[in-house]
Amino acid sequence: MFHFSNLVRSKGDPKIISTGPSSLTSADRLARGLGWFSIALGTLELLAPHRVTNALGMEGREGLVRAYGLRELFAGVMTLSVEKRAGLMSRVAGDGLDMVTLASELRPSNPRAGTVLAAMVMVGGITALDYMCAQDLKAQHDPRRGRKRLYTDRSGFPKGITAAKGVAALPRPTRSTATT
Amino acid sequence: MKALVWHGKEDIRCDTVSDPEIEHARDAIIRVTSCAICGSDLHLFHNYIPAMMPGDIMGHETMGEVVEVGSGVNGKLKKGDRIVVPFTIICGECEQCKRGNFSVCETTNRNKHLAEKVFGHTTAGLFGYTHLTGGYPGGQAEYLRVPYADATHIKVPDGMTDEQALFLSDIFPTGWQGAAQCDIEPDDTVAVWGCGPVGQMAIRSAILLGAKQVVAIDRIPERLAMAEAGGAITINFDKESVVERLNELTDNKGPEKCIDCVGFESHISMAQPDSVLDRAKQMFMLENDRPHALREIIYVCRPGGIVSIPGVYSGFSDMVPMGALMNKGLTIRTGQTHVNRWTDDLKQRIADGQIDPSFVITHTVPLSQGPEMYRAFRDKQDSCVKVVLKP
Repeated sequence: MFHFSNLVRSKGDPKIISTGPSSLTSADRLARGLGWFSIALGTLELLAPHRVTNALGMEGREGLVRAYGLRELFAGVMTLSVEKRAGLMSRVAGDGLDMVTLASELRPSNPRAGTVLAAMVMVGGITALDYMCAQDLKAQHDPRRGRKRLYTDRSGFPKGITAAKGVAALPRPTRSTATT
Repeated sequence: MKALVWHGKEDIRCDTVSDPEIEHARDAIIRVTSCAICGSDLHLFHNYIPAMMPGDIMGHETMGEVVEVGSGVNGKLKKGDRIVVPFTIICGECEQCKRGNFSVCETTNRNKHLAEKVFGHTTAGLFGYTHLTGGYPGGQAEYLRVPYADATHIKVPDGMTDEQALFLSDIFPTGWQGAAQCDIEPDDTVAVWGCGPVGQMAIRSAILLGAKQVVAIDRIPERLAMAEAGGAITINFDKESVVERLNELTDNKGPEKCIDCVGFESHISMAQPDSVLDRAKQMFMLENDRPHALREIIYVCRPGGIVSIPGVYSGFSDMVPMGALMNKGLTIRTGQTHVNRWTDDLKQRIADGQIDPSFVITHTVPLSQGPEMYRAFRDKQDSCVKVVLKP
C-alpha cells in the first residue's frame, strides 16, 4: 500500500505496510465531518451571502447572514479542535438561532417559503445529529468510565517513607548569617 | 512488525510496518520487551507539537534486548544485552555531552537546521517525537533502531525487572531532575503541580532529597491518593484555593521550591478564567501554550525561591507574570531531561531498594491495545495513571 509518509523516511526507518484500527471513534469522525461542514457553510455565508438570501427570499439581510457565517466558522474551528463537544454544543445553539431566523421568514408573502421550510427540516436534522454526537462524545470521554481505584498503598518506597526521607540529601555547608 | 503510528490529531493506529534496519555503524536494533505511553505523547496525540508527520512511530519510553549491533558500536553493546533506551539520543562526544547536558547534544538531531530556526540552536534528537528533534521512529513497536547506540543506552543489571527499569528512560530521571535542580534543603517546602507520572516521580525524588514537606496539587482523586501514599500533603484545586492552602502550610511565606509537572496543557476550568482564555487562543492558533500552572507557581513561590519546570512547553506562552518573577527574584530552571546524567545513580537507588518506580504502573496491556489506551490515558478513565505496553 502506498503511503506518502514513506517517502520521507530514511533507509533504516520502518515504513507503513498496512494500517490497523484507529484511536478515533465513530463519534470523533462524525464530529470532524460536522466541523468541516460548519467551515464550508460559514465560508459560503461569509463570502456569498446573496446566494443564501436569494434562495430563501431573505433579500436585504446579507449582513445577518455574514454574521452567521462568522459564527459557523468559529463553531467549526472549535468542533475540529480537541474540545469538539464544546464546538458541537455551540453548533446546537447556532442551529437554534438559525431556526428562529428561518421561522421569521416563513410568511405567506415569501415566494420561497417552501425552500425555507425545507431548510428548517434540514437544520432540525443537523441539530439532532450535533446533539447526539455531543452526547456520544460526552459518554466516551467521561472520566468516570471504568473501575475506580485509589492507590493508597503505592508509596514507591520498598523500605517505607520514613526510611526514604532524606536518604539522597547531600551534606551541605553551614550557612553563615549575614552581618552588617 | 507492529507499531503504534501517528496518523493525525487523536488518530493513533496499530499498524504493520517494515522492520528497522541498521543504517549507520553506531546503530543497534533492539527487540522491545516493554514500552510506555508518556504524558508528553498526549501532546502529540492532540497535535499541539508542530512538525509531526503521518506515519511517525510513537514512543520514547522503551527497553528491550539487543538483537543486532552496527560495526561502530565497538563492543559497548552485544547481542542479548538488556538495555533501557533514554528518550534523548546522545553522541557522548560533543561539547554539551561532555558537560552532561545530554538533552542538548549538538550531534544527534538529524533535522538540526529546523531546530536552529525554531529554537535558535539545535537540541538532541528524540525518539518518537517531532521532526524538529529528528523525527526518529519511536519505541512503541516490536523493534527499535537505536542511533548512536554505543552512547544511547542504559544497561539493565541482572535481577532488575522491566517494570523497575523501564522508567529510567524518561519519567524517573525527569522527576528527579525536576527536584534535583531545586537544590532542596532540609527546611524546604517543595510544591509539585501535577500528579501525573512525572509529578509522582518528582514527589518521591523530593522526599529522597530531604524536603521538609512536599505538597502535591491536582484534582484527580486517584492521582492525589497516589501522591499522598508517596508522602505528600495534597491539594485538590477543584475543592480549595491552591494559593491560600500553600500559604497556610508555609506561614504565609509560600513554598521555597516549586515544580511544574503540568506543562502547556493546564486543565481548563471556568473557575480559572485565564485557562479558558488560553484555550480559546490556542484553538485559533493565537497562543501555543496554556500556562495557568506556571502563572500560579510564579505568584505563590516564595521570594528568592526556585521554579523548576520539567513539564513540556511547546512554543509561546502569553501573560506570564514577568513582573512577579523579576521582583521576587525567582530562579527558573528547566530543560528536557539530561537522562544519562542521572541514570547510574538512580539505577543504584532502585537496586538498593530506596525506590521502586513500578509503583506508578496502573495498566499493562498488549501493544495492539495502544490506540484505545491513548484515549483512556487522555480521559483518565479506569483510574489510569501509567500505561505499559507489551509488544
